[in-house]
Amino acid sequence: MGQGAINPAAAGVIPWWRNRRLIPWLVQGVAGLALLVLVAFLVGNLVRNLTSAGLLLSWSWLGNPAGFDVSETLLPFNAGLPYWRALAAGLVNTVRVVLAGLVGATVLGTLVGVASFSSNGLLRRLARVYVELIRNIPLLLQLVFWYFVVFLALPGGREAIQLPGMVLAKSGLFLIRPELVNGVWQAPLRLTVEFGALLTGLVTYTAAFIAEVVRGGVASVSKGQWEAARSLGFSPLQTLRRIVLPQALRVIVPGLNSQYISLAKNSSLAVACGYTDLYSVAETTLNQTGRAVEVVLILLAAYLVIDLLISALMNGLNQLVQIRER
Amino acid sequence: MNTPGSSPLQRLRRELFASPLDGLISLLLIGFLLAVGLAVLRWMLFQAQWAVIQANSTLFAVGRYPVDQQWRLWLLTSLLALASGLSWGLLRRLPHPGPAWPRNDRLAVGLLIALAVVAPLALQLQASVQLRWWLITASLITSRWAAGRWGQAIPPALRRWIPLIWPLLYLAGMVLISGGLGLVSVPPSEWGGLLLTLLTASFAILLCFPLGVLLALGRRSELPLLRGASVLYIEFIRGAPLITLLFLGQNILGFLLPGGLAPDRVWRAAWVLTFFAAAYVAEAVRSGLAALPPGQLEAARSLGLPMPLALIHVVLPQALRVALPATVGQFISLLQDTTLLSLIGLLDLLGTARTVMANPAFLGKNGEVYLVLAVLFWCCCAALGLGSRALEHRLNPLSSPAQA
Repeated sequence: MGQGAINPAAAGVIPWWRNRRLIPWLVQGVAGLALLVLVAFLVGNLVRNLTSAGLLLSWSWLGNPAGFDVSETLLPFNAGLPYWRALAAGLVNTVRVVLAGLVGATVLGTLVGVASFSSNGLLRRLARVYVELIRNIPLLLQLVFWYFVVFLALPGGREAIQLPGMVLAKSGLFLIRPELVNGVWQAPLRLTVEFGALLTGLVTYTAAFIAEVVRGGVASVSKGQWEAARSLGFSPLQTLRRIVLPQALRVIVPGLNSQYISLAKNSSLAVACGYTDLYSVAETTLNQTGRAVEVVLILLAAYLVIDLLISALMNGLNQLVQIRER
Repeated sequence: MNTPGSSPLQRLRRELFASPLDGLISLLLIGFLLAVGLAVLRWMLFQAQWAVIQANSTLFAVGRYPVDQQWRLWLLTSLLALASGLSWGLLRRLPHPGPAWPRNDRLAVGLLIALAVVAPLALQLQASVQLRWWLITASLITSRWAAGRWGQAIPPALRRWIPLIWPLLYLAGMVLISGGLGLVSVPPSEWGGLLLTLLTASFAILLCFPLGVLLALGRRSELPLLRGASVLYIEFIRGAPLITLLFLGQNILGFLLPGGLAPDRVWRAAWVLTFFAAAYVAEAVRSGLAALPPGQLEAARSLGLPMPLALIHVVLPQALRVALPATVGQFISLLQDTTLLSLIGLLDLLGTARTVMANPAFLGKNGEVYLVLAVLFWCCCAALGLGSRALEHRLNPLSSPAQA
C-alpha cells in the first residue's frame, strides 16, 4: 500500500518484476492466456472429433420418437412420443421425489435433532447412533439396501402389511381404501416400490445431516434463554416455540439450504433402485442417440435450475427469519 | 451429571426414568431395540448364508487381478503394514498425545489382533492365506513395538525424513499394482473390489487437496480474473450431481482430447472424482481462510515477505488447521462417493457385489453382501473421522475444542 504513491521519476528505479501495479496484470495476463489456450484446445478437439463422428451439436433429434417407456410418470407418456417428452417426464419424476424427500427429511431430521436434547438418555444416545450410522455408510449402498433387501422382500397378496387406510405390498404402497381384487391390490393412489425405496433412502440419509444442522442451531441458543423463559412462566413447549426456535432458525435455515440442494443432487442415484428419474431417462437417451454433449448439457442445466430454485426459496425464507432492525 | 454418591443404578434411573413420560419412552425404545436386535441376530445366525462372502473373498478384495501376479499385492500389503507400524510407534512417542491416548492405543492394538485372528477364520480362507494375514499383522505389531522401543535412538536429522516413506511407498505401490519396471503390466480393467475403491479414493484424496487449496486461494484473490475463474469452476462443479459428471467423463472426455490421449475408463473416473472433490475441498479451505484475521497477511506483507511466501508460511498453516475437520469430512464423502463407479460399469466394491449377485449361485443374497459392505465402509469412514479428531487435538493442544 505504501508503494502506491511512487512518483514517476522513482518508478524507473524499481525493476519491473517488483512493480506493484504491473505484477497483478502480468499474473492475470499469463493465467488468462493459459486458460484461453486450454479452452481453445478442448473446444477445438471437441468440434473436430464431433464433426468426424457426425455428431455436431444439433437439437432436432429431440423431436424424434423415443421408442422406450417411462414408468410411473405423472405426464402421460408412451414410446411413440418424442425424446423431449421423455426427458420432461423424467424431470417431473425427479421433482416429485425431491419434493417428497424435502418434506420427509425435514420432519425426520428435526425430530432426530430435537431428540438429541431429550432428557431421556436412551433417546439422546439413539439419536447420536442414528446420525453416526447413517453418515458413515455411502448413500448408494443404502439405496440398494432399501430396494433389494427391504422393499423387494415385502410380502404380496393376502400377506401384505395392512395398516388403516394403506397397504404395503411387494407391488407398491396402496393408499386411500385399498382392496384386494383377485389376489391383486388396487387403490386410487399407488406408489411403486422403486419410488418408495428411493424416497426412504433419501429421507433417512438426508435426515441424519439435517439433524446435525438442527442440533447445531438449537445448541447455538444460550442456556440462559431457556432459563429466563421458564422462570417467566413459559411452559417448555412455549419456550421452544416462542423463544428458542425463532433464534435457532437463524442458524438452521442456511444449513438446511445446502442439505436440500444435496438431496436434489442425490436424487440422481435413482437409477440404482430402478426409478426412472431425469438421469435414468438421459442415460437411455444417450445410449439410443449417441448425443453425448447435448444430453450432458440438458442434465447439467436441469440440475442447475433445480439448485437455483431451492436456493432462491431458502434465501427468501432466510430473510424472513433473520433479525429485523426496528 | 456427576452428583456425589450416585450409584450406577441411581444414574440409570435419572437417565431413563426421570418422569413418567420419560419412563414410557424408555420402555417403548427398549422394547423396540430388543425386537430389532433379536430379529437381526436371528437372521445373522440362522438365516443368512455367508458362503457368498466366503466363496468370493478374493473377488471382493482385488477383483479380477491375475492370480499369478497377486504376490505383488501381498508384498505391497506387507510394506504398508511395516510402514504403518513404524509411523504408529514413532507417533506414540511424541509429546502431547491426547488424554485418552494410551488407553485408545492399547484398544486399537487389541482390536487389530482380534480382527486378524477372527476375520480369516470367519472367511474360511485357505490355510496359506490365513497364515499370510497373521504374519502381516504380526509384522505390523512388531514394527510398532520396535519403533517405540528404539525410535528415540535414531538421530533426529534422520528421523525427520521418515514421513517420506509414505510418498515413496505410494509410488512403489502404483508400480507394483499397475506393472512396469520389469513387472508384467496389469491394466486397470483388471483391478477391482476393495483394491479399486481404495486406489481411486487415495488417488483423488491426494490430488484434490492441493487443487482445492489453489482454488480456495484463487477464490479469495484480489485479482478479478483468478477470482472469477475459481468461482465459476467451484460453482459449476457444486451445482452438478457427481453421477452426471462421471457420465460426462465417460462420454465426453474422449471428444475433448485428441484421439488416443484420453485415459482409460478407470483413470477417467479417478480424475473426475479428483476434480469433483477439489471444488468441495476448496470451500472447506475457504472457510478456514475466512476465519483468519486479515492482520496476519498484512503483518507478513509489511514485514517484507512476498505474497507466495506469506501464504505458505503464515496464512496456510493457520487456515488449514481450522479447515481440517471440514476437509477430512470431504475426504470421507469422497471415499463413499467411489461407490458411484458401480453405476458407470466399473467394478469397485459395490460393482463387484452386483456382479457376484448376478451369478445364479448367489441370487438373492443381497442382505449378506450389502451388510458386509456397509460394515466395511462404516469402519473405514469412522476410523478416518476418529483420526481427524486425534490430529486436530495434536495440532491444537492448547486451545479448547470450541475453537477448532
